[in-house]
Amino acid sequence: MKRALPWAAAFLLLGAVTVHAQAMLSPSAEACLSCHGPLPRPGAFPPLLTLDADATISAMVAFRSGARTGTIMNRIAKGYTDEEIRAIAEELAQIGLGTKP
Amino acid sequence: MTISRRRFLQVGTAALAMPTVARAASPRVVVVGGGFAGAMAARSLAARGLDVKLVEPNARYVACPLSNAVIGGFRKMEAQSFTYQRLATTGVSLVAQALAAIDPVKREAVLTDGTRLPYERLVMAPGIELRFDALPGYDEAAATIMPHAWQAGPQTLLLRQQLEAMPDGGVVGMVIPANPYRCPPGPYERASLIAHYLKTQKPKSKLFLFDAKDSFSKQKLFQSAWERLYPGLIEWVPLSQGGKVVEVIPAEGMIVTEFGRQKVNVANVIPPQRAGVIAQRVGLADRTGWCPVHATNFESTLLPNIHVVGDAAIMGAMPKSAFSAHVQAIACATAIEAGLQGDDMPPYKLINACYSLISPDEAISVTGVYQARNDRLVDVEGSGGVSASDLSAEGRALEAHYAEDWFNRVTWQTYG
Ligand SMILES: Cc1cc2nc3c(=O)[nH]c(=O)nc-3n(C[C@H](O)[C@H](O)[C@H](O)COP(=O)(O)OP(=O)(O)OC[C@H]3O[C@@H](n4cnc5c(N)ncnc54)[C@H](O)[C@@H]3O)c2cc1C
Ligand code: HEC
Repeated sequence: MKRALPWAAAFLLLGAVTVHAQAMLSPSAEACLSCHGPLPRPGAFPPLLTLDADATISAMVAFRSGARTGTIMNRIAKGYTDEEIRAIAEELAQIGLGTKP
Repeated sequence: MTISRRRFLQVGTAALAMPTVARAASPRVVVVGGGFAGAMAARSLAARGLDVKLVEPNARYVACPLSNAVIGGFRKMEAQSFTYQRLATTGVSLVAQALAAIDPVKREAVLTDGTRLPYERLVMAPGIELRFDALPGYDEAAATIMPHAWQAGPQTLLLRQQLEAMPDGGVVGMVIPANPYRCPPGPYERASLIAHYLKTQKPKSKLFLFDAKDSFSKQKLFQSAWERLYPGLIEWVPLSQGGKVVEVIPAEGMIVTEFGRQKVNVANVIPPQRAGVIAQRVGLADRTGWCPVHATNFESTLLPNIHVVGDAAIMGAMPKSAFSAHVQAIACATAIEAGLQGDDMPPYKLINACYSLISPDEAISVTGVYQARNDRLVDVEGSGGVSASDLSAEGRALEAHYAEDWFNRVTWQTYG
């Protein structure tokens, strides 16, 4: 995990958004959270809600083209257009920590 | 997805602040079944400020994903079990009853104790019925001798105990059904983990897989894992080589196939399946035994104002998995909320991913991205597929961690 966000702090914030996150995200963005969603302790999947929209977009584009490899994200990223990636990334950044101070 | 984001916010916050009495004015939704699909649908609907009742007769939910690790002997059954207590604090009213009937005209759900619950929308998520009328010799009594372990709980432990009691050099037989059924790669994950147990504890034993199919999910990856990890231990007998089982004789430990008979010490019979009994009874299932739905909003094509999600529904290209059930439930809640407000359901894409353990420390995955086209859920072209066949040992180990992490997250988002 590259981002050294302290998990306790991350969780406090994530915990606070969970209820609303479920109410407000589109089904497309929720699908990402099946793996990247909040968990009250560190997990194996890299955190997504800590990224800003641009970081998510560039990672997704790189997974889609194969410029970045992973165990599963290449297969998933190929299912989305640029516009869809942007919409999801912005939604996630809004509920996540990406846009927070 | 800009539609009614602000409205969701308002509805959500208002509902949280309002006393329960005042909330009675919200549209009423009754959800039937507290599995991955129903519990998540209930929770998402409640988070949207709707008046949600979850009808589920059991106080505990026992999850199937990772239950093959219990059978393999390296996971505790307790880790599979969840309660509904936390759901009750998220605005969902629990009703510890089973659904007995529906009055679709009056829009009432009738429970086994006679209670009638009025609804504006009904969500049906009753999972599967294991068919005890499809394979000669395999009825409910037979399942106490030849466990299916396809609904997790006592059946899972029974199969585990039988494997433990079996002497080294014994024969295990698995009976695997034709498509469609719950969790397409599940039988082969189970075979891998039984083989792991046999190899480490009872190495002279043998495992036969009698399959009603000629191909299966992640087949190449499973087969190369079996050659590498459990050489000579697993014998897969496909349909074309007589794999179809025509009868079982529990008292004799006998599995009868189209081509011959095999005596086994332990039999695991996974019978053919269809939508949960109640879905058949209320007229939500078609001739296939499963429930047809509109892909745009998961509403039944047979009965209005009733949505079906999870294993019971026909979801086009999406497999019957807990992952699928979870994302369908959230999408269905979105659709119900939009529908009640007179809005259209926004276009969406859903993901399924199933991790299968091939040993305690290695896993492989299959994934897909899906969208609604002509009212059917189809694969998004070019997306999805199985783990790379040249994935490093390190990659396979990572996928085993992801398998467990996914389970932890999805159960926490649903029940935690
Ligand atoms: C061995 C095995 C391994 C698996 N591994 C995975 C995996 O790794 N990943 C994955 O994604 N999926 C996996 N699955 C599949 C997964 O378990 C199912 O797809 C999932 O449980 C479907 O959820 P559901 O809510 O539709 O049904 P269920 O989980 O079966 O829930 C149905 C609920 O409805 C209730 N109900 C039934 N009738 C009534 C009634 N009349 N009134 C009220 N309530 C009722 C039941 O009590 C039950 O609680 C596995 C399955 C098996 C068997
Ligand atoms: C099946 C689980 C799963 C799902 C679903 C999933 N991801 Fe991922 N994601 C992963 C894994 C695993 C990684 C690590 C890279 C790899 O192995 O593929 C990852 C990595 C990422 C990263 C890089 C994170 C970083 O710190 O660099 C981003 C961005 C990302 N995912 C975005 C998404 C988006 C957006 C979606 C929804 C469209 C999504 N993921 C759905 C499993 C998933």
